[in-house]
Amino acid sequence: MARSVTLQRKSFNTLIAWIIGLLLFFPILWTILTSFKTEAQAIADPPVWFFFDWTLENYRVVQERSNYSRFLWNSIIIAGGSTILGMIIAIPAAWSMAFVPSNRTKDILLWMLSTKMLPAVGVLYPIYLIFIQLGLLDTRIGLTIVLMLINLPIMVWMLYTYFKEIPGEILEAARMDGAGLKEEILYVLTPMAIPGIASTVLLNIILAWNEAFWTLNLTAARAAPLTAFIASYSSPEGLFYAKLSAASTMAIAPILILGWFSQKQLVRGLTFGAVK
Amino acid sequence: MSTKASRSAARLMLAPAVILLLGWMLVPLTLTLIFSFQRYLPLRGGFQGWVGFENYVRFVTSSAFWPSVQATVIIVGGVLLITVTLGILLALLLDQPMWGQGMVRILVIAPFFVMPTVSGLVWKNMFMDPNNGLLSHLWRAFGADPIIWLSDASMLSIILIVSWQWLPFATLILLTAIQSLDSEQLEAAEMDGAPVLSRFWHIILPHLSRAITIVILIQTIFLLAIFAEIFVTTQGSFGTRTLTYLIFQRVLESQNVGLGSAGGIYAVILANIFALFLMRIVGKNLDR
Repeated sequence: MARSVTLQRKSFNTLIAWIIGLLLFFPILWTILTSFKTEAQAIADPPVWFFFDWTLENYRVVQERSNYSRFLWNSIIIAGGSTILGMIIAIPAAWSMAFVPSNRTKDILLWMLSTKMLPAVGVLYPIYLIFIQLGLLDTRIGLTIVLMLINLPIMVWMLYTYFKEIPGEILEAARMDGAGLKEEILYVLTPMAIPGIASTVLLNIILAWNEAFWTLNLTAARAAPLTAFIASYSSPEGLFYAKLSAASTMAIAPILILGWFSQKQLVRGLTFGAVK
Repeated sequence: MSTKASRSAARLMLAPAVILLLGWMLVPLTLTLIFSFQRYLPLRGGFQGWVGFENYVRFVTSSAFWPSVQATVIIVGGVLLITVTLGILLALLLDQPMWGQGMVRILVIAPFFVMPTVSGLVWKNMFMDPNNGLLSHLWRAFGADPIIWLSDASMLSIILIVSWQWLPFATLILLTAIQSLDSEQLEAAEMDGAPVLSRFWHIILPHLSRAITIVILIQTIFLLAIFAEIFVTTQGSFGTRTLTYLIFQRVLESQNVGLGSAGGIYAVILANIFALFLMRIVGKNLDR
């Protein structure tokens, strides 16, 4: 077990790793710092680092001028809604494939995976057209449905790999003790499935929150979530670095926090269980 | 164990997911296929007749096609090269004993959680802007002329931005794979006096080969579809118009739906080639 490591080597590892870590994190750190500066300080050369008059002005301006909270609300509704809707459909599907597998289960799983590989741009116009016809363009419900569909394969897969790990013997034991189907699901399976379900929910909120093809192409003013709101800064007027930073910080902060909790699940979810 | 009743219940539970995904795949794809054989310009006269394979021929013979294939290959290839190489090195480093390992890991994977529009715009403005960007301040501090990143080194810039986003993904997956390596085997090799490089080459790399393949395949599928990073930075100019971006422009900007749909079918075929390889690996995994 104990690989003997010299103190020097450990110190060296620590130093190099922290330098690289901070370098990779730096753009995010810089964005957060800039969000508390004035516009003049934001573009100062040489740059100001920590010693400036910290201000919340940018956050206030972003909210007042562009009604930031509306976009935030759209993001929450769309990411949350598509995840809940997706789970309602994915849980029974994954459940049935994990506990009552048939000889087609593998084919169905792989086929579901293949739908995730479909390039969005290949179906952009049909979806756009269908959205216009059904009056779904620039609505939260339309985007919720699309994001649910593009993430459904990942949800089913992830849940499947978790459910698969619940040992079958435990069910048999419960049956021997006289548990019916209802008790079986309620008292035996559900408690064991909850961690997997929670992980899947977490990863899907992250994926939906950051999705930036459909959110950019299917929304305008009304249903635009944060991805689309931030994109509006690509043609700015005047000085805007500090305001861009404030808007960006608010848009990424919740997901950074959620993301840090979901490192392990990320690997499983995005490799379809191939790496655990 | 499973009875007839439970089987039909299972089928019922599976049905909604299958039907929805089937519809999501078949309906739009069929429409794209139909449009691709039409001359269809919604803003200029709408449907103007069937044209057979003309759109397919026109799409690949247009002057924009080969440059877009090149741009796609360079971006996908460049990002893969950077993320996989650095990802392996970084994963090896993070596997070593150190102080604050968990914290470093958090710092390294953070970029993956930044939404694409934010990372595109933050890099474009706050780092790569020729006047006020941090990189141009840095260049000037050393007395050099700042690089006009997104026009003079547009491809490199896009590759850097996208690599920054995807390096965490590669690192995290490779790290997970390294941690599953039998450490006794490594220790034995170390005891036998195998040098670091040969240990890496003969034990670690073969062990990682499957994870590397998976990283390459999954990233390729996602990288072929990158959109927002280009949308908020160069808008496809300065040679950064990828296949995905070209199709987007044909379909939504110039509203030439027939032509764009033919391009879309090409993109679907291309993505499926990589998807097929990925599915074979994943499928093998299911059997175990």
